[in-house]
Amino acid sequence: MAKRDPIYGIMAEFDTPQALVDAARKTYEAGYKKIDAYSPFPIEGLAEEIGFTRNGVPLVVLICGLIGGASGYLMQWWCDAVDYPLNIGGRPYHSWPSFIVITFEMTILFGGISALLGMLALNGLPMPYHPVFNVPRFAFASKDRFFLIVFSSDKKYDAVETRKFMQALDPRSVSEVPS
Amino acid sequence: MNDQYNSTELQRAPVIEPGHTFASVTDKISAIVLTRPATNGWFVGFGIAFMATMMLLYAIGYLFLKGIGIWGVTIPIGWGFAIVNFVWWIGIGHAGTLISAILLLLRQSWRNSINRFAEAMTLFAVACAGLFPLLHVGRPWLAYWLFPYPNTMRVWPQFRSPLMWDVFAVSTYATISALFWFMGLIPDFATLRDRSDKNWIRMIYGTLAMGWRGSARHWHRYETAYLLLAGLATPLVLSVHTVVSFDFAIGIVPGWHTTIFPPYFVAGAIYSGFAMVLMLAIPIRKIYGLEDFITTRHLQNSAKVMLATGLIVAYGYGVEAFMGWYSGDTYDAFTIWNRLHGPYAPFYYALLACNIFIPQVLWIRKLRTSPVALFIISFVILTGMWLERFIIVVVSLHRDFLNSSWGQYYPTRWDYMTFFGTIGMFLAAMFLFCRILPMISIFEIRTLLPQAEVKE
Repeated sequence: MAKRDPIYGIMAEFDTPQALVDAARKTYEAGYKKIDAYSPFPIEGLAEEIGFTRNGVPLVVLICGLIGGASGYLMQWWCDAVDYPLNIGGRPYHSWPSFIVITFEMTILFGGISALLGMLALNGLPMPYHPVFNVPRFAFASKDRFFLIVFSSDKKYDAVETRKFMQALDPRSVSEVPS
Repeated sequence: MNDQYNSTELQRAPVIEPGHTFASVTDKISAIVLTRPATNGWFVGFGIAFMATMMLLYAIGYLFLKGIGIWGVTIPIGWGFAIVNFVWWIGIGHAGTLISAILLLLRQSWRNSINRFAEAMTLFAVACAGLFPLLHVGRPWLAYWLFPYPNTMRVWPQFRSPLMWDVFAVSTYATISALFWFMGLIPDFATLRDRSDKNWIRMIYGTLAMGWRGSARHWHRYETAYLLLAGLATPLVLSVHTVVSFDFAIGIVPGWHTTIFPPYFVAGAIYSGFAMVLMLAIPIRKIYGLEDFITTRHLQNSAKVMLATGLIVAYGYGVEAFMGWYSGDTYDAFTIWNRLHGPYAPFYYALLACNIFIPQVLWIRKLRTSPVALFIISFVILTGMWLERFIIVVVSLHRDFLNSSWGQYYPTRWDYMTFFGTIGMFLAAMFLFCRILPMISIFEIRTLLPQAEVKE
């Protein structure tokens, strides 16, 4: 196995969301593709600026919701029409209108659980350790500061050049992130 | 056009008082959890609520020992307080989901400062609600029979029954509410993790935050998932009280067997829920100095929602009375007559006063913006909505088709202890919540600040 780069990336700190979005755009346009941005609240359009446009959450929720609904309906049909048929008020064993409510609830249940778990899984959470936390200033990423990082795995990454480039973005500070 | 828009904007109270920064909202809300010492007032309040919770446990313990014979339920009134309280509590929970999910989809940004504790209110209210049917089944230790699981008796639940639908609706509702609440808390857990100076506190919040670091990719998926969850919770919350109303409407008891029940139950649920939101928000914003975030605008908007849903409820009462006459059905007509002149008539008049007449004062702007007046009106509405469920359950059951089976309902001290005990449990949970979790969503408040705007 190749030795891990001791530097995880170079990180710049900004004061405003506007500065972060502008810097992210410039960095992406300058040819850096493996970058990420951190903010204390969701910023509309920021993910697009760093080249992230599609996420898999809706598909996960759709599939799980359909599975939930189908399994809900099949469960009721199998229980009440096949395995243990009971005559209730002379209704047919397979009386689909009375199965709708639980089918609906199961769709919501599966879809809802998959929305949370799918989001966490795709985001790679829970993740107890991450190199960005090595930067002491990063504690402010959950308060009022905005960060941009260029990963050392990026093709265009160069310890000196990238640092120079990031200095030119007019950040509050630039720091190396040890991995 | 633009000027007109601006001038009405100016007349309205702001969603968040001007002058705040990202740092100041973060510090102000997280300080309540991290640095503010617990005051004597908190201990007294929590102590009382905790003792009421103990009373609840005592009442439940005795119930386990003796059976539900200690309650006032008997034939013909087999449902009694247990179902009245169940419907009342679950209705209260609905406002939380309405605020967090439906108002999110409608892009009502004022929701951001009240959604967190409204969702907490939902969770605790659903927990209280869930207790009642569980105890009311008579042998609570066998309540798991309600769920379809492979068993040696080789039987399955009867899925054509609205009571089974209710099991699925309420348990799904409880699960989704908890998920929604937890998901909203993740970024705020990260904030608390980074703000706290004690190691063990950082460990706890850090574990809950699961390594959240606010990456743009993460936020992108997070927002999608949050919106989808809101989209799923919206039909869910409407379905839950609809299914609860099916428990009644599918039955043939006069006063229950009607199609107006689902919409009228949902409106009533939101009505009582907003009343509870106000009863919690008004003291909380005062005690914790959160008037900057929970402004007059929030109180006023909640009052307007109550006014609107209250009118829908009034329409429901009107339709019930009209159908009693128009259907030409002797029993339906008698149900209405019995409400107005029967042994429980004073309750019905009190219900009309609490739910229809008194809340009309909310048309007056001065009262809509007065916290004290709103607090009192909310209490009146909550009482009225409890009476409504009492009328629906008890008054309909005590006079059914056969004169020989008529009866009267006498709740026992155990009924009252259980009911007030759940109020204690609810308040004790709210007291704890205020101390250990940020009661206003910090990251959503940040997005409301003018500094958060980004131009393309």
